[in-house]
Amino acid sequence: MTAEAISEGRTGSDFWDGVRLSMPVVVASAPFAILFGAIAVDNGFSVLEAFLMSALIFGGASQMVGIELFGQHVAPWLIVLSIFAVNFRHVLYSAGIGRRIAHWPLLQQALGYFILTDPQFAVAEARAVSGKPVGFVWYLGLGLPVYVFWVIESGLGAVFGKLIPDTHALGIDFLLPIYFLGLVLGFRKRPLWLPVVAASAAASIIAYKTVGSPWHVSIGAIAGVLLAVILPPHHSGIGERP
Amino acid sequence: MSTTFWIILAGAIATYLTRVGGHLVISRFENIHPRVEAGLNAVPAAVLTTLVAPAVLGAGPAEWAALVVTALVSLRGGLMPMFLAGAAVLIIARQFVG
Repeated sequence: MTAEAISEGRTGSDFWDGVRLSMPVVVASAPFAILFGAIAVDNGFSVLEAFLMSALIFGGASQMVGIELFGQHVAPWLIVLSIFAVNFRHVLYSAGIGRRIAHWPLLQQALGYFILTDPQFAVAEARAVSGKPVGFVWYLGLGLPVYVFWVIESGLGAVFGKLIPDTHALGIDFLLPIYFLGLVLGFRKRPLWLPVVAASAAASIIAYKTVGSPWHVSIGAIAGVLLAVILPPHHSGIGERP
Repeated sequence: MSTTFWIILAGAIATYLTRVGGHLVISRFENIHPRVEAGLNAVPAAVLTTLVAPAVLGAGPAEWAALVVTALVSLRGGLMPMFLAGAAVLIIARQFVG
């Protein structure tokens, strides 16, 4: 077999490796996409606008917040600022994942950042930590199904929103915390994992009770990151010589 | 163009800026200081924890049971078994404790 054929075969299986990992995300985010579409129409969006918001922003929590404020007739600039605030955590993801994908062609990077969601970052970062390369094809396999389902399901929710059954009994409101807990635990072998988790948990809960949502995310995240910055780097396993 | 459309467009640009911004800032530097690298390595645990912690605090017995099972399965299994086990426990437990 030539080297080219080998690399082609790898490319295909890389893509499907990514798709396989995307499935829990597709399942967990489906109810929220449908719910978003339904709430959007309920708050005065057209079906097309709900669809567009999912296609262009692709960030569930920020879309929910945006829609909620829109329904309360808040000033447009304040809605945009709130979307920015909810999504601010992505700045940290972007800085982190940039180290893994800097070798991609520019256009691929530009697309890669567009689909940089919470699970996208966590799963890609976990792959990088395990020593495997984070290639564009694999990354696309991970992100594309999530995006396509998110946009389509938002549209379906907007059209058929009135038909949604009892979401509480189906556990829909708690699916994402379950998924995110699994992601957090997936990083437990990292140096400093427990202190960082403890600091972020404490800070985010305090901020949630005092400052309120969505700022508890940024405040909690900064607390955990700062702890790692302040402690001598060898605690993080950096600068050790084998 | 309607106001709604401009809100969506501006929101999309703001969101993309957060997704590309961290990289644009970091890539200005030739060498990443070890402390910055330590901070970046802490990002997954730090950010993802904030998405779970307040939800855990406000949860009831059904949610707690689901989280415990999720944590136990995650010690052994992959992402999908972990997620399905947690979701199954949650749905079953909510039939009883609501």
